Amino acid sequence: MSMPFYVSPEQLMKDRADFARKGIGRGRSVVVVQYADGIVFVGENASRALHKVSEIYDRIAFAAVGRYNEFENLRIAGVRLADMRGYAYDRRDVTGRGLANAYAQTLGTIFSSGGEKPYEVEIFVAEVGEVVEDDQIYRLTYDGQIVDEHGFAVMGGSADTVTGHLKEHYTADMSLRDAVRAAVEGLEHSESSPRVVSPEDLEVAVLDRSRSQQRKFKRISAELLVSILGDRRPSPAAEDGAGDQADGSTDSAAPQPEDADASPPIAPPVAPPVAPGPPTPHQPTDPASPPDDPGGPHPPVDPGDPLS
Amino acid sequence: MSIPDARLPAHYLVPGSSSFAEFLSQQAPELLPNRRSLPAGSAESLAPHATTIVAATFPGGVVMAGDRRATMGNIIAQRDIEKVHPADEFSCVGIAGTAGLAVEMVRLFATELEHYEKIEGTTLSMDGKANRLSALIRSNLPMAMQGLAVVPLFAGYDLAARQGRIFSYDVTGGRYEETAFHSVGSGSLFARGALKKLYREDLSDEECVTATIQALYDAADDDSATGGPDMARRIFPVVAMVTAEGYRKLPDEQVAATADRVFAGRLQRPDGPAAALT
Repeated sequence: MSMPFYVSPEQLMKDRADFARKGIGRGRSVVVVQYADGIVFVGENASRALHKVSEIYDRIAFAAVGRYNEFENLRIAGVRLADMRGYAYDRRDVTGRGLANAYAQTLGTIFSSGGEKPYEVEIFVAEVGEVVEDDQIYRLTYDGQIVDEHGFAVMGGSADTVTGHLKEHYTADMSLRDAVRAAVEGLEHSESSPRVVSPEDLEVAVLDRSRSQQRKFKRISAELLVSILGDRRPSPAAEDGAGDQADGSTDSAAPQPEDADASPPIAPPVAPPVAPGPPTPHQPTDPASPPDDPGGPHPPVDPGDPLS
Repeated sequence: MSIPDARLPAHYLVPGSSSFAEFLSQQAPELLPNRRSLPAGSAESLAPHATTIVAATFPGGVVMAGDRRATMGNIIAQRDIEKVHPADEFSCVGIAGTAGLAVEMVRLFATELEHYEKIEGTTLSMDGKANRLSALIRSNLPMAMQGLAVVPLFAGYDLAARQGRIFSYDVTGGRYEETAFHSVGSGSLFARGALKKLYREDLSDEECVTATIQALYDAADDDSATGGPDMARRIFPVVAMVTAEGYRKLPDEQVAATADRVFAGRLQRPDGPAAALT
C-alpha cells in the first residue's frame, strides 16, 4: 500500500502560482492608459489576426496576456455574457464591473481547484464612462484577484519596468497622442537596452467616449499609428527582440523553449498586482506565499487590493 | 438549495458557434421570440400591427422609410412607432406585421450580427446577413400561421459590391433580392405603384428620400392602416440612409422639411406629381 505523498497547501498554491506566472512572464506586456477622451490599450503584437485587445460591448473592452487559447476562451465567454445580458435586459445594464466579477470568480475557481491547470493569463477589463471619473479599469490575475486600477496599468512579462517608465511620464488628461507615445516608449524600455518597436508590431485600440456611435471601441489603424508616433526607424537590435514572440500566436505556443530566454523577463516575471504605487513592490511577501486566511477562496491576498 | 456558482457557466467557455441565436437556444431558449406555443386559433387581432415600409436604392446607397402608424383592427394603436431600425453599421431593417414580435426579432437580429462581428473579428457579408434574417423569420412560421406574421424588409450597403441592396422576405423565410426599390406592409401595393412612376436610377440621395416620402403619402392616401404625415402633431416618417459611411437616421428637421414640401405639392395636386405619358 502506498502512502500518498504529502504536499502542504502552501506549497501547492505556490507551485501553481509560480507555474502561472512563468507562463505569463514569457509574453510581451500590454499597457492601458486613461486619456482625456477615453482609454487606450497598447500591446506588442505582430499578428494582425490574433488580437490581444478586443471589444466586449458598447463601452467595455478586454485585453489579455498569456496563453492565447485560454484568454480567447475567456474573451468569447465575456462577449456571450455581455450580449446575453444586453439582450435579456438592456444595453445599459451591461457593466464592466459585472464582467470583471464573473472573470474573477472563474479564474479564482480554476486556480484553487485541484483538477484543473491554472490559467496562464492576466486580463484587463476596462469600461469607458461618460466622464473621466466614471472610467473603470480592472486588472485580473491568474488566481482571480481583481484590482481596480487608475490612470494606467501594465501587465505581462516586464510589467515592472514599463510601470516605472509610465509613472514618470503619465499625467492625467493626456491627449491620445501623448498617451500612445508614453505607452509605446514604456514598452520600448521593457528590456535591458532600449529599442524601437515598429508600428506594425503594435496593437492599439481605444474606447473613445467622444465617438458618436453606441459602440465606443475602435482599433487604431497602422497609418494613424505611424502619424501619431512620427518618424522612428527600428534599429537592427530592436528587430532581434521583436521577432521572438510578440504575437498572440506564439504566446499561445506550448511551453516556450529556451530561446524565449533570449530576452529574459525581468525577475520576478510578473509583479504581483500593484496599483500604481512605488515602483518596487511594497508588499513584503510573494502573493502566493502562505495565505493568512486558509479559509479564503483566493489564497493569495494582495495587501494593496481594495477589494480584499 | 444549491449555492449558485458565480463562475461563468461551462457552456460560455466552450468554443464553437459564433451565432448568438444558437447560443441563446441552448442557454436561455425562453428568450427566443419563436419558442412560444400558442393555443389553437387566430391571434391576429390581439396585438398591434405595423404597416408600410418602402426602400429604394440610389447610386451611393439605399434609403428606407417607414410610416409611424401601428393598428389593432380599426384602432390606431400608436401614432409614432418607429419601424426602421439599424441592424448594424451598414444595414437596416424595416418591420411590417405583428409589431411586438417584429421588434423582438430585429433586436435579436442586431445582436446576432454584432455578436458574430465581435467573436469572428469580421462582419458578415451582405448575403450572409440576409440569410441569417431569413432563418429567424422561418423559425417564426408556426406563429405566422396563427396570424402573428413578421415580414421585414432588409436593406444595406454592400461594401464588397459597393452598392445599396434590398431584400424582401415571405413568412416562410423565403428571401428575394429586389432591384431598385421595394415596399412591404398593408400599404405596399400603393407605395410600390407610386415608386414605379417616380423612381429613376440616377436619383440623388435627397431625391430618393423625397420619392420614398411621396410613396408613403400615396400608401396612406389609399390604405387606412398607413399613417400619412401628421401635420398637427408634426409626426413624420422615419427615414434611414445607408451609404459607404454607414447607417444614418435622417434628422427630424430634414424629414419634416421634405414632408412639408411634399404636402405643399399635394395641396396643389392631391394625387402627387404627374408622370409623363411616354
